[in-house]
Amino acid sequence: MLYLLAPRLIPILAFLLLPLVLGTYWQKVFLSVAVFALLAISWDILAQSGMISLGQALFFGLGAYCSGVLNHTFGWHPLLALPAATLLGGLIGTVCLLPVLRLRGVYFSMVTLIIPLMLVRIVEATKIFGGTEGLSGIAPLPSKWLELYLIVGVLLGALFGFRRMFNSDYGLVLKGIKDNDRSVTNAGINVYWFKTQALFIASSIGALAGAFMTHVYMFVGMPVFALDYSILPIAAAVVGGPGTLAGATLGAVILVPLSEALRGIGGLRIVFYGCFLVVFIVALPEGIFHYVQRKYHQFERWVEVE
Amino acid sequence: MFLGTIIYALLNSAILAVMAIGFNLTFGISGVANFAYGAMYILSAYLSWMLLNLLEIPYGLSICVSLLVTMGVGALMYRFVLLRVRGQPLSEVIATFGIGLAILELFHYLGFVGFEYTLPVLIDEGFLIGETMVDWQRVLIAAAAGFLVAGLWAFTHHTRLGLAFRGIAQDERTALTLGIDSDRIAMLSVSLGCGLAALSATLIIPLGSISPSEGYEVLIKALAVCIIGGLGSTSGVIVASFVIGFAERFTDTYLSSHWTMIVSLAAILVVLVVKPSGLFGRQKELEERI
Repeated sequence: MLYLLAPRLIPILAFLLLPLVLGTYWQKVFLSVAVFALLAISWDILAQSGMISLGQALFFGLGAYCSGVLNHTFGWHPLLALPAATLLGGLIGTVCLLPVLRLRGVYFSMVTLIIPLMLVRIVEATKIFGGTEGLSGIAPLPSKWLELYLIVGVLLGALFGFRRMFNSDYGLVLKGIKDNDRSVTNAGINVYWFKTQALFIASSIGALAGAFMTHVYMFVGMPVFALDYSILPIAAAVVGGPGTLAGATLGAVILVPLSEALRGIGGLRIVFYGCFLVVFIVALPEGIFHYVQRKYHQFERWVEVE
Repeated sequence: MFLGTIIYALLNSAILAVMAIGFNLTFGISGVANFAYGAMYILSAYLSWMLLNLLEIPYGLSICVSLLVTMGVGALMYRFVLLRVRGQPLSEVIATFGIGLAILELFHYLGFVGFEYTLPVLIDEGFLIGETMVDWQRVLIAAAAGFLVAGLWAFTHHTRLGLAFRGIAQDERTALTLGIDSDRIAMLSVSLGCGLAALSATLIIPLGSISPSEGYEVLIKALAVCIIGGLGSTSGVIVASFVIGFAERFTDTYLSSHWTMIVSLAAILVVLVVKPSGLFGRQKELEERI
């Protein structure tokens, strides 16, 4: 029993217990691990439905701005603004990308790459939502522990919940769209509708991560559309292992503390992410998680015969 | 005023066409979406700058060297990275994006930003049309755009290598049965695309300065032109660069320069809604649409 239970229990316990033992600085790092893990999960959900996004920053930024505006302009309580921004950000993100869903392949990647970079210009040009200065003085969540355990709860819920979803018939349809969309169409299933749903799920998760980060930093501005939020989730998912949400989480757990440790080298970090991406795509396309999983199941073990 | 806007819109369209044609060529032939395109543009610009200013090699020679080096980098990128993920478009996208990112952010880290990082213009003069001052560099770009389009057309229709290019674009396996080495041709197409990026850099950089963020800009503009025109279609690139070029110049004159990006974004979204495979993407419509 332990053989199957341990790999699942260890991360759960680690995520639940780590906030208690970490110092204040590493608690912040822990928060960003969880946020990037959510973004990586959102990337992976899209990737498993056959859409490779190069702009997770779009979802992140939309969520961040929605929550920021709801709190700053309309004075909503953070605990109310957070779910509202999740849905609203998810909805706007879906509508933005809806025209691209009719095409397969690299079109989706191209448009997702373009949109966040252009949205920055729009914010700059129209000076909406504080323009280049952004909105500051956004209310934080009521307590530090609520902050930590809220994001841990969301992360674990998303990880195991969406894993279940992908093992159900619904997830099978999504995976089918990735493998061969024409045969899914042949089965009488509306591909666009399913892709739209997957897009909404993924962009809501991304928006949630953004909205959460807004309340942690108590600030929202143009940096939320920065390249960091696009590239790190992809790197995490590719390094960890695309195709299983656990791989994406594992990747974030590896890469985010690593980038904290490498804080000294500044901009060179993104260079490393780029190199990581290339090396893993070429040398270990299955990712760390699949590799470890395979090795784990290859261990000889004693089984009691009844 | 109006005449000036028209002239500058024409020249702007030529600049966009020169920027996009390399990306489009690579995609049209080998199906590789080269997201390292902007990085190649910047790489070649910095190379020429370094050769010119640090090693003090004559300008013409340094352009040629950087052109060849960029083509070499493109070929190596295909040989060692893309070849291994060939046929999986999404892995290709991630790999080229990673390479491009690494190159651009490396230059960003090294701090090559500033007005001194620019290439000299070839002819530092201008002339007047009506009341509008037009510099020769822009005219040169327009001429180069026309020459490139004509040259590429002649190359792909009337030379052995060009016909092989079109062969693997149409059907890779059939081309293989006719003795065309598709890996070699695809490598050449990626390398040629990077070379065109380098060529456009030597033409366009003298109008501004070199900076890593310019690399993203070029990639975005090339993508925008290709998406609107329909990926892999040369006539699409020409028409789309006129569409975006005119739209940008006119918003710049009659609204404000902040809005130019928004116009291209709106154009992309509108085109995708109305005609998902782009204005001229008819040939590949069946494959790209679901």
